[in-house]
Amino acid sequence: MVAIIIINGLVSGGVYALLALGFALVFGVARIMNMAHTAFYAVAAFIVYGISVMLGVHYLVGVILGIIVPVIMGAAFYRFALDRVKQHELAVVILSLALAVLFQEVLLVIFGSEFRGIPPFVTGFMQISGVRIAYQQLFALGISIVCLALVWLLLLKTKLGISIRAISQDKEIANLAGINVTKFSMITVAISIALAGITAVVIAPIQTITPHMWIPPMITVLAAVIIGGVGSFGGAIIGAFVLSFSEVAFTTLVPMGGWLKGTVSLVAMVIVLLLKPEGLFGTVFEEERL
Amino acid sequence: MRYIRWFYWKFRSDIVAIPWRLISLFFVILLIVLPSIFPHPYLIRTLTLALLYSLFAASWDFLAGFTGQLNLGHAFFFGASAYASALLNVNYNLPPWAAVPLSTVVSVAAGLILCMPAFRLRGIYLALVTLVFPFILSGFVHVFDNFTGGELGISGLARLTSKPMFDYYIILAVTVVSLLIMWKFTDTRSKLLRTGVLLHAIREDEITARATGIFTTRYKIMAFCISGFFGGLAGGLYAHFIRIVGPSVLELFFSFNALLWTVFGGITTIYGAVAGVFILYPVTELLRIHPMGEEMRFMIQAIIMILVLLFMPQGLTRWIRDHIENECPRCKLINFVTRKVCRGCRAPLYLENRSRS
Repeated sequence: MVAIIIINGLVSGGVYALLALGFALVFGVARIMNMAHTAFYAVAAFIVYGISVMLGVHYLVGVILGIIVPVIMGAAFYRFALDRVKQHELAVVILSLALAVLFQEVLLVIFGSEFRGIPPFVTGFMQISGVRIAYQQLFALGISIVCLALVWLLLLKTKLGISIRAISQDKEIANLAGINVTKFSMITVAISIALAGITAVVIAPIQTITPHMWIPPMITVLAAVIIGGVGSFGGAIIGAFVLSFSEVAFTTLVPMGGWLKGTVSLVAMVIVLLLKPEGLFGTVFEEERL
Repeated sequence: MRYIRWFYWKFRSDIVAIPWRLISLFFVILLIVLPSIFPHPYLIRTLTLALLYSLFAASWDFLAGFTGQLNLGHAFFFGASAYASALLNVNYNLPPWAAVPLSTVVSVAAGLILCMPAFRLRGIYLALVTLVFPFILSGFVHVFDNFTGGELGISGLARLTSKPMFDYYIILAVTVVSLLIMWKFTDTRSKLLRTGVLLHAIREDEITARATGIFTTRYKIMAFCISGFFGGLAGGLYAHFIRIVGPSVLELFFSFNALLWTVFGGITTIYGAVAGVFILYPVTELLRIHPMGEEMRFMIQAIIMILVLLFMPQGLTRWIRDHIENECPRCKLINFVTRKVCRGCRAPLYLENRSRS
């Protein structure tokens, strides 16, 4: 039981961490609450499914397209829609929610609503203390750790990462210091959606694929970002792991717990908000909180 | 006699002279007359649902538009009350006239639950938290499926009255009265209630409002309760009109619909929500005739939403109002756009040579 919780928690924690990091990046830099973030993840999973399973092309093509196409779509959406209403935070939320629903409906029309699966890239499994772990799960965990490390290096060491962090701390001063805010916002959006795409590609063989698959991770990601503290990239990752462990524990230990996954996230979020409104590692923005 | 003259004077100066009030009066008369002239069952059904949805959308507007507490999970009120009404009616055999008021109590309680995060958060943070509530309730519906019917829902509710036509008139009366009450609560020029100004103040700048001595918490609780009450009223009536309640009333798309209608019609105007529903809902119903319509419905709605937000963020009714009426610069009375001078103070409404300004 404990082994199941630890292993499944690690795997889904890696996935949530990638998604939450992408979400937190866009939110920190462009001040955009991108509710369509996990919708891009669903789109990427469906692209892999459509190209590699339905059309039978080699996996690599599907994987590459599954990462590139959502990035282009996301950048275009940012450039032509979100950038115009960026001043109104609520309009951004509604607009991106509308986009997510649009994606869901387009996928429903194209693929239908039945549950689908993709055969794993890496077959086989191993046993650790009586628990079967598919190699695909380990593969997903490995990729997510590598990606997290890469993004972390990017943020800490490169000039791009330093600019991104500067913008997320103070946009106006960063602009005065000669950083092209518009350009770097666009790059951040691209990075974030690429992270979502990678997550989807790696996790697609483990999960069932439906057009509605964007909703449950969205709830967890929102909760993770709020728990970790808005504006803190590390906090988002830690929040994601905390939530994934609690969710997995809940679904394993409580009967019918699968339906109440969202409740765990929400209760955790409400507790954190009541005790420490700025989140565990967040900074307080006076104009955003009460 | 004096009262009749007073009433006539009020009617002439406060309703006929103001274009949008005249239009809403005609609209209500049309709604009263239309089903009697064409008693087609489908027309009555569509109009009844449009009335219920407009109550729902207006209650969202009250909370999100006026008070600024963006609630993305408004289906929580509607669904909680619909389920409460259905359970009371089916399991405890309460008649609709008892079940619907009791279910509004449940939805007011839902409003109180929802306003707890609102003490701590605002803007998008609140929106995110509220988004999650309907999902949780729908999770509970699935968990206790021998009680709530799970995916299939609860069916076999009692009718409101014996005929759909009577249902329609009851719902029409309830909706019109509720909309008037909500409008009065949000009216900034009301001499009766000062909540309109207070709610605007809370939306614009809560900290300043608090600094000027307004106890904002009390008015926020009030806004959540009123919005929950009317949203729940719509939900309870809906349950007894449709006579089946399933998890679909808790879906994300249902909350999203309230947003779509209100933003399309014009946010921060109660009548905008009503106009949005009465324009968009029949259109989406007509789409069902087309074979692909059923599948494309939500897609088209999402596209409309994106286009409206990008190109007409003010909404339709605001745009129309700007073209049919004029506010007197001196006494702030509202005039028809055709008038040259203000009907109250005779001040000229247009400058002689507008090109100079």
